[in-house]
This record gives sequence, C-alpha cells and structure tokens, in this order.
Amino acid sequence: MSAETATMAPTVANAPAHRAGRLDRFLMQGGIVITFLVVAVVATALIEPRFLNRLNLLNVMRNFALLLIPSLAQMLVMTAGGFDLSVGAVVAVTSVVTAAVMLVGAGYFPGMELFVILAALVVALGVGALVGLVNAGLVSTFSLSPFMVTLAMMSVLMGVALYFTQGIPIYGVTDSFIANVGRGQFLGLPIVLWAALAVLAACIVMQRFTALGRHIYAVGSDQRSARLSGVATGRTLVAAYMLAGLLAALTGFLMTSRLGSGQSTIGGTLALETIAAAVIGGVSLRGGVGRAELVALAALFLSVIANAMNLVQVDSKYQTLVLGAVLIVALAIERLLLRKRQA
Amino acid sequence: MLEVTGFTKRFRGVAALDNVDFSLEEGEVHALLGENGAGKSTLINLIAGTFPWAEGVYRVNGRTITSLTPQVAQEIGIAAVFQEFSLVPDLTVVENIFLGREQSSGLFLKRKQMRQAAAELLDGLGFHLPLDEKVAFLSRAQKQMVEIAKALRIRPKVLILDEPTASLTDGEAEKLFNAVALLKARGVGIIYVSHRMSEIRNLSDRVTVLRGGKKIGTVVTSEISDEGLIEMMVGRPVEQLFPKIEHKPGAVRLEVRNLTTEKHSVIDASFTARAGEVVGLAGLVGCGRSELCRAVFGLEAIEAGAVMLGDKAVERPTPSSMLAANVCYFPADRGSEGLALARPARENATMSSLDLPALSSGPVLKFWRENETIREPLTNLALRPMAPERKASAFSGGNQQKLMLARGLMKSFDVYLFDEPTVGIDVGAKADVYNLIKSLVEAGASVVVSTSELPELINLASRVYVMHEGKVVAELARQELSEAQVLSHYFGGHA
Repeated sequence: MSAETATMAPTVANAPAHRAGRLDRFLMQGGIVITFLVVAVVATALIEPRFLNRLNLLNVMRNFALLLIPSLAQMLVMTAGGFDLSVGAVVAVTSVVTAAVMLVGAGYFPGMELFVILAALVVALGVGALVGLVNAGLVSTFSLSPFMVTLAMMSVLMGVALYFTQGIPIYGVTDSFIANVGRGQFLGLPIVLWAALAVLAACIVMQRFTALGRHIYAVGSDQRSARLSGVATGRTLVAAYMLAGLLAALTGFLMTSRLGSGQSTIGGTLALETIAAAVIGGVSLRGGVGRAELVALAALFLSVIANAMNLVQVDSKYQTLVLGAVLIVALAIERLLLRKRQA
Repeated sequence: MLEVTGFTKRFRGVAALDNVDFSLEEGEVHALLGENGAGKSTLINLIAGTFPWAEGVYRVNGRTITSLTPQVAQEIGIAAVFQEFSLVPDLTVVENIFLGREQSSGLFLKRKQMRQAAAELLDGLGFHLPLDEKVAFLSRAQKQMVEIAKALRIRPKVLILDEPTASLTDGEAEKLFNAVALLKARGVGIIYVSHRMSEIRNLSDRVTVLRGGKKIGTVVTSEISDEGLIEMMVGRPVEQLFPKIEHKPGAVRLEVRNLTTEKHSVIDASFTARAGEVVGLAGLVGCGRSELCRAVFGLEAIEAGAVMLGDKAVERPTPSSMLAANVCYFPADRGSEGLALARPARENATMSSLDLPALSSGPVLKFWRENETIREPLTNLALRPMAPERKASAFSGGNQQKLMLARGLMKSFDVYLFDEPTVGIDVGAKADVYNLIKSLVEAGASVVVSTSELPELINLASRVYVMHEGKVVAELARQELSEAQVLSHYFGGHA
C-alpha cells in the first residue's frame, strides 16, 4: 500500500468539507477592506475634487502613517489574543518624554542635535518597551484580562503624563527634528510615511516568515494548545506586547515632530481608532487571525474618510459617529460571512 | 524502558490515582483499560508531564525523573495524543505539525522544507490531508490524524494514544493500526488507551486494568478472555450495574418528523418516543444525535421538519417553551451549558423551576421554601456531600450531574432528553443515574437517551435509533439489541 500512496500527491486528497464561493472567499480574505477603500477614495474624489490636491494627499499620507503604526501595534496584541487599550496613552507619554529629553538635552549638549534626537528616540522606545513588558507580565503571570490590565495602564500613564506637564505642551523640541522628520520628505513622500511603510514591511515578514509570528498566532488562537505544543506562551506574549509598546512609542516620537511639541493630551481616541482599523482589517477579536497588510488598508480607509469629512466640513462630533457606524457595519459583514462559511 | 512505581495523584484531596505501577518495554503496545474515571487519563497525563505526580518513582531507561513538563517529556522522547487536541484552530495543518518546533535558518522559517517534511510524515502514515487548510475547517477525524502526525514529528520512543479511534471511521482506523504496527516494528513503545475490546485484542501485548484509581492487574493479552477483562474493569458482572426496567410503551409523547437542522448536523431525521419507554440514540461522537436532542429542545436552529408533542406540532421550539410543554433536557456539557458553576447547589437545582407555585408567587421568590423543596430530590439522587450551599464547582463530576438531574425532578415532565448522562462520572453515580431513569420511565414518562456508551443502550433502552453523519440509519427493537448489531450500523453501512 505504501507504494501506491507514495505516488499520490498528499495535498489534493480529502478536500475540506466547506466550499465557499469565489466572492465569499475574496470578501473573507480582505475583499471587504479593499472594497471599502476603493469606494471611499472614488466617492471622495468625485464629491470633493480638492481631495486629489497634492498638499491634501500629503496630509492624508501623514495622518495615515501616524494611524498605521499604532494600528499595527494593536494588531500584534490582538492576534496574540489580547487588547491594548494603553496604546494611546503610551503615545502621549512618549511624546512628552521625547520633548522633555530634547529640551533638557539641548541644554547639556548644545549643537549636537542629531545625538539629542537619537537619545530622545532611545528613551521613548525604552519607555514603550517597558510598558509592554509590564502589560505582558501582568497578563501572563497573573492571568489577568488584557482588557483590564491595559485599561488600568492607560489610566496610570495618562495620569503620569498630565502630572508632569499639567496639560501644558512642552516646547523646545529640536528644530531640525521638526524640519527633517515631521515635515521632511524623501522621494516626494513624507518621512513619517516611509517610517510607517518600513514598520509595515517588518510586520509582514515577522508574521509570515518567522517562528515568532507563528507563535503569536498560535497563542492568540488557542493558548492551551500552544503551550502543550511546546510554545513558550509567556515569552511570546511578552514579545507581542513589547513590540506593540515600541511601535506606540515610535508613534509618540513621530507625532511630536509633527506637532512641534510634546503633548500629554494626544492619543485619547487612539485605542478606539486602532481597534477599529484592526477589526476592519480582519483581525479577530478572539485572537489568532489578522494580517498586517489588510490592517494597513483599513488604516488608509479610515484616514481617507476622516480627510473627506474634514474637506466637506463635517462637524468633528459627527466624525466619531461615522467611525462607530463604519465599525459596526464592517463587523456585521464579517460575522455574516463567517456564519455562511461555517454552515 | 519506561517504568513508574507507586504513582499517586490527588485532586482536591480525592485520589484520582492510588499507588499504581506501570511499565512499558521497547516495541511493546501496552493497553490501558478502565471505565471513565478509573484513572487512565490521570496516569497518561502524569507520564506525559501535563501535571506533576504527588508520590511515586518515574524511571525512563534507568534514569530517575524528578519533575516533568510536556516540553521536557517531548525532549526525552515521550509524545502523547490526547482526546482533547492540542491543535491551534487558526493555523494550517503544516503549521500545527511543526508548532513549537519550527525549523528556521537564522531568523526565517524554512517553510518549504517543513511543508515537504509534513507531507512525507503524513504519507508514511497513509493519511491524506489538505496541508494548507486551517485546522478549524477539518473534520474531527482529520484533526485526529494531524494530532498523531504532530506527536510523531519528534520521533518519540514512547507514544501515548488516548482513544485514538473514537472519532475515526473503519478505514481511517485501519490506517492508524498500520501506523501503530510500523512504529512498534521501529521499537517505539506505545501506551494505548481504548474501550474497544477488539482493538485491545488485535494490537496490544499486555493490558493494565484500572478501576477507581487503583491498579487491578496487568495481564498478557493473549492469556485472558474478553469476559475476564470486563470483569476486571467493572469489578462485578455487567448485569448488576443496570437496573431491570419495565417498559410499558403507551401513547406517543414526542415525535420528530424529517428534521433537518440549519447547520446540517442532522439531516431528515425522524423518531418517536412513547410514554413508559426509554428510547436510545446511538452513533459515533459527532453523528448528530446530540444535535438532534438540542434541536428538539430549541438549542439548534431547525431548517425543515416538525417536532410534535403528542399531536401538537411545535412551531419553533425554544428552551422556555419546551420546558413549559413539559419537556426537559439534560446537556452533555454540564460546565458550559448546564450549571452555573459559581452559584450554590441550591440555586442550580431550582434554576429552571422558579416559576412553580412551590417556589414563588408572582415575582417574589419563596426563598424560605427553597431548601425544603430541594431536599427530597437531592436525597433521592444521593448527592454527596449533601451540602446545598456549596458552590456547584466544588462537587465532583458525578455529583454535578446529579445537580443537573435534580432540576428535572422539581416537577414531573412528560419527556426527558438525556445527552451523554454518564460522561465523566464514576460507577456509583452511574448506577444512581440508571436508577433515576428507571423510576422516571416506570412512572410513565418518556425518556430519550443519547449516549456513546453502548452497554447503557443495550441494558436500558426499549428501542434504539442509530445515527450516522446526521441521518438515522437504523431502528432496532429490544430483542435485536446487541453490541454487534448496533455497531454494525455505526458507519452507515451494513458491514
């Protein structure tokens, strides 16, 4: 019998019991986001031609970049089976830290601007990584709910940022930092966009081609099975949360250069926005599923509709309303497709 | 090669395993036999390092092992395939086979090599699986094959198989037996847990029988009869476990006509249950008998067909309307579908009866009557310990089941649906459950029992419907009931 079976291709036998239609498959594998994005771009361009204006597009790119990086952070934690509500607070704290290091550093090391900028980056990243480590430690050692741990962490960090700044922006950010990073361009595109695309590429590679990526999916999908299979679940969670912290810190750093000051009040809605981007991009709320490239498309979609609403001067109050409605529609469509597939 | 002596393990002070010795030679298939709760799974879990043992000595190849985790066990060559899978649903077949032991060059995974190795591994076993399909979309049998391939990936010296054929078809099981023979020839020692006498007879060299956490004995398979093994296993002749039930079939209480569920887990199924009889639903796990019970009680959406109570059709069954119509359902999954584990036994027992006049008037609960009301049913069921204020989670499996059953005794129902009433409970509690079924039927109720334990059906039921892949494939009357008869319909054919 082995002679017969050896010649058979092992891949084609036992076709799976389900057979989704081609349209359903397309929609399951990111088709929803792509459709949303195309509709939003085309509709906006038709309704408001100023959308295609070069300066406006650059603006959309910058906003997209600063939403994409924390959304990827959110995706990492969500695919590992958690939530990171503290992502916005980390952005606020690292923005304050970046500005403060630059302000103090400029006094000690006058003229060494590059060194001061790098020092600020390193300190900010360190803070982000530390927050991620604490989050993961609490989640994995005490089996606490990620939702509650990061909610508490968000509260603590916002308190810290407000205490040190009293809510007042920290000025004195190195000028060349603002000029070269926040407003800088390379090959006609904003530096922050290049940074975000680099992070995106790294995430895609990590998810697809490394053991860490696979372990994050495994832990998020079924932690018990992952542990029984010999995956170091604790270490995997630490890696996911720390990477998320690093990305949030990078966002804070870049946002500071964009705003020209360290602000403790930014990032307030970022937890919601990043979860929205992740979920619209197909990240499962129960973990184990999610791809960086689709999250990027979802973040771009959200940036486009936010820009469209600004262009046609929709009140900011209604903008939150629209975000919520879009989120609900995307979730409902995903659930319907899933049900169809399972039937 | 592997030897444990004096193994003991306690859970909440109760000995699940009591001073058990066990040994395994190279190239030997050593079967473990025992009823549910006999300690088989505890023993294999200790050997595989899932949890630590309390007392005893563990030696592998003469080396004494003091503590063990699943990872360490794998490193010294002990692999286990449990009934509860360790597969990650959102990863593919290949990804699962290599989970935790990915091959990488530097930072990057060797994806092609792993896919190739997985294909070869599965091929060598004669299993044909879609390599890039997510495990979530595989059938239970396919998952079982992935799990076995995954265990073999580490080239184990000891392989533990826990009821590996429970969800396989005959053809698939045959492949597994070939794989077992192949591994045995390679010198792998195999611990084989099974209820099926024929498998134990064909595959194993020795059998160790456990009962109530104690070792009854180890025998060479060829030197003992089936009857001898069964007697070692249950500790008494089989007949004494089951009460003699007087069936007096009367009017049709429940009739299901051509029922198909929305998920197509049940397809065009029909059956009737009369007052004063026990109707059995037999079939493999996943054949649709649980879903059929659930559909009748309104827990599965129905696509086509009718549920009739007496001569009235029920349009869309819901749990509350079925309870009101005197139909009572006991779920298989006590934890997630039946009991509120964090609440006291008392509240669990009265949970679905709070609208009875004995327990409430209008919106006000007569909480002062509650204890009095539950005393009789709980006493009849012999709840141990008799502590109504204890949390449901603090009772043993058998006694949790009794709490579930107590709900059905708060008032008298016309139809009782039991889904796996004795899964995971000890022999004593089983006998209590059987006696309860007897008293219900003899009081004129209609009882439907869906179970994977064949002896239950053969000894309790007046008629048995056998299901296969969602369809009812046979109806057997009492005089035709034998294990062989029922089993012959398990795989749909008349083999």
